[in-house]
Amino acid sequence: MSNHLKDIILKIWRQNGPQDSGRFETYKVDEISDEASFLEMLDYLNEQLITDGKEAIVFDHDCREGICGTCSLMINGQAHGPERSTATCQLHMRKFSSGAEIVIEPWRAAAFPIIKDLMVDRSAFDRIIESGGFITSVTGGAPDANLIPIPKPVADSAMDSAACIGCGACVAACPNGAANLFTSAKIAHLNLLPQGQAERYKRAESMIEKMDEYFGSCTNHGECEAACPKEISIDVIALANADYRKAKLKNRKFISRI
Amino acid sequence: MSTQLNSKIPAGPLGDKWSSYKEDVKLVNPNNKRKFKVIVVGTGLAGASAAATLAELGYQVDAFTFHDSPRRAHSIAAQGGINAAKNYQGDGDSVHRLFHDTIKGGDFRSREANVHRLAEVSVNIIDQMVAQGVPFAREYGGLLDNRSFGGAQVSRTFYARGQTGQQLLLGAYQQLARQIGLGGVRLFNRTELVDVVTVEGRAAGIVVRDLITGEVTSHAAHAVVMATGGYGNAFFLSTNAMSCNVTAAWRAHRKGAYFANPCYTQIHPTCIPQSDEFQSKLTLMSESLRNDGRVWVPKSPDESRRVADIPEEDRDYYLERLYPSFGNLAPRDISSRAAKRLVDKGQGVGPLKNGVYLDFADAIARLGIDVVKERYGNLFDMYERIAGENPYDIPMRIYPASHYTMGGLWVDYELMTSIPGLYAAGEANFSDHGANRLGASALMQGLSDGYFVLPYTIGNYLAPMLNKAIPSVDHPEFKAAELAARERFAGYLNIGGTRSPDWFHREVGKIIWDYCGMERTEQGLEKALSELPALYDEFKKDLRVTGSGESLNQTLEKAGRVDDFFQLGMLMCRDALERQESCGGHFRTEYQTEEGEALRDDDKFCHVAAWEWSGDPMTAKRNIEELEFENVHLATRSYK
Amino acid sequence: MAQVLESQRGPVTGTAVAKKKRRPFLLDLYSTAVGKKYVMALTGIGLIGFVVFHMIGNLKMYLGQADMDHYAEFLKALLYPIAPKGVVLWLLRGGLLTMVALHIHAAYSLTQLNHKARPVKYQSERDYQVANFASRSMRYTGVTVLLFVIWHLLDLTWGVVNTVGADGEFIKADVYDNVVRSFERWPVALFYILANIMLGIHLFHGVWSLFQSMGWNSPRFNEWRRSIAAGIATIVVVGNVSFPVAVLAGIVGG
Repeated sequence: MSNHLKDIILKIWRQNGPQDSGRFETYKVDEISDEASFLEMLDYLNEQLITDGKEAIVFDHDCREGICGTCSLMINGQAHGPERSTATCQLHMRKFSSGAEIVIEPWRAAAFPIIKDLMVDRSAFDRIIESGGFITSVTGGAPDANLIPIPKPVADSAMDSAACIGCGACVAACPNGAANLFTSAKIAHLNLLPQGQAERYKRAESMIEKMDEYFGSCTNHGECEAACPKEISIDVIALANADYRKAKLKNRKFISRI
Repeated sequence: MSTQLNSKIPAGPLGDKWSSYKEDVKLVNPNNKRKFKVIVVGTGLAGASAAATLAELGYQVDAFTFHDSPRRAHSIAAQGGINAAKNYQGDGDSVHRLFHDTIKGGDFRSREANVHRLAEVSVNIIDQMVAQGVPFAREYGGLLDNRSFGGAQVSRTFYARGQTGQQLLLGAYQQLARQIGLGGVRLFNRTELVDVVTVEGRAAGIVVRDLITGEVTSHAAHAVVMATGGYGNAFFLSTNAMSCNVTAAWRAHRKGAYFANPCYTQIHPTCIPQSDEFQSKLTLMSESLRNDGRVWVPKSPDESRRVADIPEEDRDYYLERLYPSFGNLAPRDISSRAAKRLVDKGQGVGPLKNGVYLDFADAIARLGIDVVKERYGNLFDMYERIAGENPYDIPMRIYPASHYTMGGLWVDYELMTSIPGLYAAGEANFSDHGANRLGASALMQGLSDGYFVLPYTIGNYLAPMLNKAIPSVDHPEFKAAELAARERFAGYLNIGGTRSPDWFHREVGKIIWDYCGMERTEQGLEKALSELPALYDEFKKDLRVTGSGESLNQTLEKAGRVDDFFQLGMLMCRDALERQESCGGHFRTEYQTEEGEALRDDDKFCHVAAWEWSGDPMTAKRNIEELEFENVHLATRSYK
Repeated sequence: MAQVLESQRGPVTGTAVAKKKRRPFLLDLYSTAVGKKYVMALTGIGLIGFVVFHMIGNLKMYLGQADMDHYAEFLKALLYPIAPKGVVLWLLRGGLLTMVALHIHAAYSLTQLNHKARPVKYQSERDYQVANFASRSMRYTGVTVLLFVIWHLLDLTWGVVNTVGADGEFIKADVYDNVVRSFERWPVALFYILANIMLGIHLFHGVWSLFQSMGWNSPRFNEWRRSIAAGIATIVVVGNVSFPVAVLAGIVGG
């Protein structure tokens, strides 16, 4: 059942630090089981490099089950590689064949500066959440959980948006380096729910304006949706756009003078 | 002889302990809270919720995570759900029932008062998380949905698809993010704890290493919270994330915090088996699959036919055979051990003969493929992505894997470790699950500690310290710890041996798994205790770490973590050897009933083993906290 | 090549407490990328309206010279005698020019923003999944259309690049003759056809995109958004391209 792939050529971006200019380096993996995950293939390569006394390739990864959002990588020009709705950590070598040449690059965006090799800094996402991606609720003061019934379709669609893992593939895949899918997914998650209504418009306003400080603009290519490992739909972008417009209008009338 | 530990359990009837504690606890005036600084290490469920709540109360909080963002913590990977005694289904649930189930599930090796408190606040957790916008599953009427989980006869598990942990973590993370945005919390990301510092017997702060620059710095505070998760990666292959480690807890242990019950580790029966020697981790498949799947292996170890060609009479549906009333739903530890025995006998399936089948053919015939798809579609997809086989046609292969660790830093009722001012929360402490954790209880405990327990108990410690200055980071204790840390990391770089940290991790993991995994024996543990120190010596001589200490170096990070796993591994084996009984996740082959169930020895071992650092894990001192059961009857755990 | 880490290493805190600068509402809205996209969408709607009506108006060509020239006269006399002749038409033209200016300014600043958002390009070839030619060539089709519009004005409004009629003078009011004379030159006809195909491509992405930018998204009509875009683009292109073809084929002006 398990086959072995032979002679995989890897062109991997190496960059010593943020200031370094970086370059592609070519490596060869002589043989690897097709049961191996893509990251295990890189682990294996790193083992070889360490054995040869060379520095291991730096790349972000953690849970390896597609939920933590730590892994990244532009693989052959696609964020998270060639398998749809799959994060790099769940991509397996059986998607490739012997003799394949695989190009691996870090995600590139001004807001995602390269730390080293394939690892980038995605803190800009945290800044967006900090600006309004929450529902203010003081610990201990919450009413009974069943006090507000939430229609199942609403809960389901909030959940669809909340599934975002914050990996940054949307930004990486976007030809404009825009973060609208990430930002809008969080806006949609919280703005759809009854609990989120009190801060709905303030949230949309501050998150979108914070996003503007770091990222490009959405021109509706749809690449983000195609790259998203959680298949979050660009419908959420439309929702956030509408809420932002309403926020601008409503806020001036009622709450912006605070 | 051993010290008796004071767990500071409040007096009074069980059900009143927590409320009377809260009534008597010392408080810090709201205006004085800002004079106190608290360090929170780790930003998972327990850490993020504690940091957010403490900041909300007004304390100055410094939060540390070695991840790039607090949202990456491994709490995110929990699938099933979170228990709470809400009794929304009207099926007879109550705080007492949740308490009782948890104590029984833990095989009567946890502290009554802690578990009861956990059951009490479970109710608040759900309210809190819903208010934060966690999209729990709903019924069509709009009310919260529940499902049932192992070890309980009521439906009390709240869930958000198969991503409950993710949604709860994001809820807590968002509260933390809010406090960061408001300036209540200072967040240090990509920063790893490398030592804990005590001054005059109290926790004074921590020493950390900036993973990007390699710089080692000190941070002082009035109190330190360790919310740093479990140590399941000691086995190398586990369902934990790659960077889960014991370093923070272990460094605290080395500074005087007792490490309790390290041998209590939980094995989850339904994981995808290892497929090759380079495999880096195991992936869990939700236990809910066992509701409809049938577990079997071929009767003959030499079976070579294709799955579909193996006739019924040559298949052994061993769970149904051995445990007719529970069948495929036998508890985690029992079904795990059954699988291991058959694989050890050579009846395993798959290319490496290291799994058992979980077969849905009958379910598909009975329910139709659409129903099966609706119930388990996403899990089947995930399996196919990883294993490359379509489980609608070929039975899934599963095998048990290390999943959770019940042991951890010893804490008293206030979650304070044996170092005053040093707290441990979530999986990092040992407190609530005894020898075995029930499904959907880990999330409950993490949030309970962080949201509803620590914010009260820390005040009790801080109140008398008003206007007492934080020790300076120039204190000799800090300087010494910094120096030691720098030397330790420089040391790994200078060994210049031939083996990578991963190689050693794999080897040490294999020893611990083989001898201190699902089944333990006296001989095995003794063997492990002779092999581990030898391998550890080799580690110290033959390790190779490439790169430098001045920039990001994942190999170096790994070396530090593997070092601590070695030391922990020895302690795990010693603890398992000393505990001459079987209970929950700790199964000693010598101590079993005729049916092969765990056989406790309540006369000799109804206690917590809290290990005290002595300079070497092989000579650590075993202290005891007697467990007293006043409200439950110590019965033999039976799920037959 | 280097991308620089934004800040020194250290703790992060108080990221959401900065007070916002207050600006007049419209400027405030226009200052963000999403706000500029509204402007793109709204001016886009206006310009689509113009393009569609322009095409419909020109269909008069098929009714003959008198109808066509009369239509031109009618436009000049819109709302006459409430307003003097030509005033309403100039107001409309003013509106159009403003929309064009805003559309271009927003497009230009968004493009600048997007370039800044990824200062270092991918060093390997991208493999786009769904971004199509239309969505990725908006700025090129847009610029082509702009250049074409300038040519178009020089040709048929000011007569600078038109051939002079038998009487030796460009007479603006002889719309029918001017069009026929212009399209009888095949390179002009070809340029006209190509520019209109560019316009069609621009509209195909633009029309779909404006729904998203404005947040008009509902399962009730989402499936129609692509079809509406394709429909509008097709109608405009087919209508407009038919004119030079008809002239060259001798159906009009022959």
